[in-house]
Amino acid sequence: MVEQLIANLRGFIPEVSLAVTFCVALVAGLIVKKHQQEFISVLALVGTLIAGVFVLIYADQSQTLFSGMIVADPFATYFKVVITLCSIIIILFSQYSSEVQQTVKRMGEYYALLVAMTLGMFLMVGATNLLMMVLAIELTSLTSYILSGYTKEATDSSEASLKYIIYGALSTGLMLYGISILFGLTGATDMFGVNQALAAGPVNAIALLIASILIIAGFGYKISAVPFHFWTPDVYEGAPVTITAFLSVASKAAGFAVMIRFFKVCFIDSNVVGLPAGMWASLQGFEWNNLVAILAVLTMTLGNLVAVWQDNMKRLLAYSSIAHAGYMLMGVVVLSDKGVAAVLIYFAVYLFMNLGAFYCVMLVANKLGSEHIDSYKGLGHRAPLLSTAMVVFFISLAGLPPTAGFIGKLYLFAALLDAQWVWLAVIGALNSVVSLYYYVRVVRNMFLRDPEGSAEPVALPVAQVVILLALVIPTLVLGLYFGPLVDFANASVVMFGLP
Amino acid sequence: MTIQTYLLLSAIVFILGVIGVLTRRNAIIVFMSIELMLNSVNLSLVAFSAYLGDARGQMLVFFVMTVAAAEAAVGLAVIIALFRNKQTVNLDEINILKW
Repeated sequence: MVEQLIANLRGFIPEVSLAVTFCVALVAGLIVKKHQQEFISVLALVGTLIAGVFVLIYADQSQTLFSGMIVADPFATYFKVVITLCSIIIILFSQYSSEVQQTVKRMGEYYALLVAMTLGMFLMVGATNLLMMVLAIELTSLTSYILSGYTKEATDSSEASLKYIIYGALSTGLMLYGISILFGLTGATDMFGVNQALAAGPVNAIALLIASILIIAGFGYKISAVPFHFWTPDVYEGAPVTITAFLSVASKAAGFAVMIRFFKVCFIDSNVVGLPAGMWASLQGFEWNNLVAILAVLTMTLGNLVAVWQDNMKRLLAYSSIAHAGYMLMGVVVLSDKGVAAVLIYFAVYLFMNLGAFYCVMLVANKLGSEHIDSYKGLGHRAPLLSTAMVVFFISLAGLPPTAGFIGKLYLFAALLDAQWVWLAVIGALNSVVSLYYYVRVVRNMFLRDPEGSAEPVALPVAQVVILLALVIPTLVLGLYFGPLVDFANASVVMFGLP
Repeated sequence: MTIQTYLLLSAIVFILGVIGVLTRRNAIIVFMSIELMLNSVNLSLVAFSAYLGDARGQMLVFFVMTVAAAEAAVGLAVIIALFRNKQTVNLDEINILKW
């Protein structure tokens, strides 16, 4: 028993190093003097980097840990790499965010919670037990509630946090109720056991449907899918930009990972023969992918249509991120390895372009003190580099070549057409056209309008330019040279315990 | 008492909790309704656990209780932070951010 636990710990080293970093950052926050608080960010950065290195060292393992609570497999590894990268970039952003730097007294808390949130996401992507899944989602949620209210002197920040908690707690309640029904139907708490019980004999179909809808409510809230998205615009606008960016990429990635794993492992029918390679079938009489298809259509359509009316950049990007969740849900619908690989590719691409867009918004807010779309007028002449970078990110978000966003969308639509989901692909393509309108609106304000008020040039320090370039270059390069990324994603669709 | 009785009670309490969250305007009462939802989950888990003769359901209940306590702690802390700024816990008056 003890030997087994110690052996299991070896597959758990990335999580352990994050947990240690959390404790160290928390204690350091109490000890370190006020003017040396940057030291804590270095600690958090190093800890996260070490966790990332361990993820890569143990990348090829595929095993179950702690009596089937979580697994370490290629699928989890891919998401851990994305989340670690995102976490590192956010820690760097935080150095230059004037919102966060104002609260210099509580920096230890900030970085400790950021690391704890990363730990929660690591657990989410590996969870194979319903209990572990709920606890991991809770760990991520609780830390994100606190962080979105982190600048507690600002009213809109605590308001965002309160709204986040109410919606979050509501969906946790719905999800737990769904899990209790699923437990009653199958008598199992681990996903493989649920699958075996469901495959062994038919259960009450209505009860199973209700349980799945309730559980989808929990996932839908984490990935901000319509109709569980109500918190998203408010929280994205009210929270500090760094946290907004983190929620929009890492939290969404972890939500997708846990959702794909839950549905695939619980509802796969492994006895069906004669399927084309890379396809899998859902259990007889339970077509959960139709539920997800409805969710995808609602999510991308509402996200894009409402984004057209937004005047606050953070709110605009919030609705844009809702729309992107809708695109990625399309990849889950098709029940094929290609679809899952497309979601994985999309996340790698989305990481750079969305963080980049939020970084630009943060830099503009630092300099101009405003996130309103009108304050971007004439910015193209005042800050050429920043504005050009922003154009690249927006073109990529809209999915036009030669940027990475195009590659992401290309693989998604290819997977859809491959599995004969033509109507869904058409709706997705129409949505991309709508999204172009609101992205171009910002670009037009930057380059074709005269500045209102001051027309002073906006200068950026070298370090901030370096981070900006570190995000622009991958966005462009992945649009042209995407072979390695695609190979990595294709190799990472393998989940532990499934053929 | 059959399992149906317990499940029916659990469903009623759960729906009351959801209605409470969606309609009540006082943040504290909203949190009480969320507790009601989570307790109905506990009730149905314990009922299933006794019905199936499987102790794992009861183990889940302990974790649900912990989750509920953690959520309430963070929730009340945020309500206090907000009350210091706005002097209200009424959700209708907390509306700087909207559509």
